[in-house]
Amino acid sequence: MPAVLEVRDLVKHYPRVRAVDGVSFEVQEGTCFGLLGPNGAGKSTTIEMLEGLLKPTSGQVLFRGAALGGHYRERVGIQFQNTALQEHLTTRENLRFFSALYPKRRPLDELIALCRLEEFLDRDTSKLSGGQRQRLLLAIALVNEPEVLFLDEPTTGLDPQARRNFWDLVQGVKAQGKTIVLTTHYMEEAYLLCDEIAIVDHGKIIARGSPAALLAEHFDDSVLELPVAEASRLNDGVTYKQKGDVVEIHTPDINGTIGRLLAVGASLAHLRIRSRTLEDLFLELTGRELRT
Amino acid sequence: MSNPLADSWRRLRAATWARSLEFIRDKSAVGWNVIFPVLLVLGLAYVFSGPGQPMFKVGVLAPAGVALDAKLHPFLATPQVQFYREEPGDAALHKVQLQRIDMLADFTVVPGRYWVNEQSPKGKLLEQLLRGAGGDALQRQATSGAEARYVDWVTPGVLGMNMMFGCLFGIGYVIVRYRKNGYLKRLNATPLRAFEFLLAQLLSRLLLIVVVNCAVFMACRLLLHLRMEGSYWNLLLLTTLAVFSMIAMGLVVSARISSEELAGGILNVIATPMMVVCGVFFSIDGAPRILQMVAQLLPLTHLINGARAIMLDGAGLREIAPNLLALAAMSAVYLVLGAALFKWRQN
Repeated sequence: MPAVLEVRDLVKHYPRVRAVDGVSFEVQEGTCFGLLGPNGAGKSTTIEMLEGLLKPTSGQVLFRGAALGGHYRERVGIQFQNTALQEHLTTRENLRFFSALYPKRRPLDELIALCRLEEFLDRDTSKLSGGQRQRLLLAIALVNEPEVLFLDEPTTGLDPQARRNFWDLVQGVKAQGKTIVLTTHYMEEAYLLCDEIAIVDHGKIIARGSPAALLAEHFDDSVLELPVAEASRLNDGVTYKQKGDVVEIHTPDINGTIGRLLAVGASLAHLRIRSRTLEDLFLELTGRELRT
Repeated sequence: MSNPLADSWRRLRAATWARSLEFIRDKSAVGWNVIFPVLLVLGLAYVFSGPGQPMFKVGVLAPAGVALDAKLHPFLATPQVQFYREEPGDAALHKVQLQRIDMLADFTVVPGRYWVNEQSPKGKLLEQLLRGAGGDALQRQATSGAEARYVDWVTPGVLGMNMMFGCLFGIGYVIVRYRKNGYLKRLNATPLRAFEFLLAQLLSRLLLIVVVNCAVFMACRLLLHLRMEGSYWNLLLLTTLAVFSMIAMGLVVSARISSEELAGGILNVIATPMMVVCGVFFSIDGAPRILQMVAQLLPLTHLINGARAIMLDGAGLREIAPNLLALAAMSAVYLVLGAALFKWRQN
């Protein structure tokens, strides 16, 4: 199946910064593609070139096999990281306004239900909470029934509850078969929502694939987290990593390691076992934490 | 298949509606836009209702290249009198009739002659000064006409100034704020075109300013018994065109700026000289020629001059046609320039 978006050797240079440095990938119809990376990695610059808002220094973005044309904006939906709305207008009025800007319009009732806007439809948008505001911005990005939905760091600054609610909404949109391109620095968000991710650092893609495949490719172990005092009893045959008061033990054999910890009399009261995450993968690939 | 013109019209309507709603619901801004000009006019009416200014003002018709000094006539050396060169024509005489000047002296004919207003006490006093000055006797020409009170004369200026501030700052600050907070970037991601967005801002502001100032004008007319010799429709046409061009001027200033402080500075640099040069509070009849030429390039001048002509002299469309044409030309130039320079986002 031909890709909805094809990105070929995309470059964006500013006078003293190489923001995007030769990025290539494809986004398939009906999938969610994530650009994962720390702040300043070049994710937003990349997505803005895909949105047709920023001109690349070189390289190409193709939409359904052709260069982005004059009507491209009518066919895509965009949610920016930070967007102010017109003051003194209600949620409903903002929806109506943005809807009127497009030739093809999704019925507002459907959008209101999809993004759960009912409770604050007639509220001034300046009085919305962060989560409510993001839901409205998502609805605005969907007013034209877009073929591709771009979400640029959509949950940055939201509290964990609001973030989870937003993920539910995006999964609902995804279930309707929409193609989504997402940037995020939350590995959990990328893992949960994306079918395919590209890990971006210093303007380059350093790894690409489905989250599960990437993790499987780079790791064959799991992580046991224990307080330093308990973990130090086991001093050979495992890989350690200290993080504050906790030690991470990386091991492919969880049962065996737990057996050995019990054998040396370590208390497992504060033991935590977890699988490898995209955060670990980023650290593995760059030597840096994702959220720095 | 969508119709591009219908699509464009729908987008323009939506953007105009949204901006108008935003303004109308901003109670403090609406209150300020209505109350301030009324207070200003009432204040001026009170201040200028007392004794007149001591200075006499005399328009002089003299051959080109001849200096207005005692060599031409000893009267021209009289202290406490401001002499300025006047252009020949009915307009000069009309100023005497309205008592905007106290005397008109004509040295282009022999013997020379002068006009005073029979109803003007200052004119009579000046006659005494003229006789006492010596030199060739000038022939007396009398004219008459009720004095145009200062408040009649200054109100078009004050309302024009208020509209100018509303146009420049109202549009300039709003667009700079939109650019700074990323709203323009969001709009840029939609099919809305720059020209449609700018026209929507312009139309919304135009409608609001014209409606508000019509109300303020009517209030002033009732409260101050303003003189109104001409047609209200002509005044409305002139005002609408002038407001259009001043808003378009604001669009040019705000086309690229992302800092409200910088925008404020630039707007002040434009607005303050306009207040002086365009004759808001005082006539620039006697001002240096270069200043008068600069004034002709500014929309506020054409608004104020045209409005005064309509209100005080009963001028019709034919008389204010030069003002209307100048305003139309300025509107077109500013609007095209504003759209060409416009940037959706910060650098």
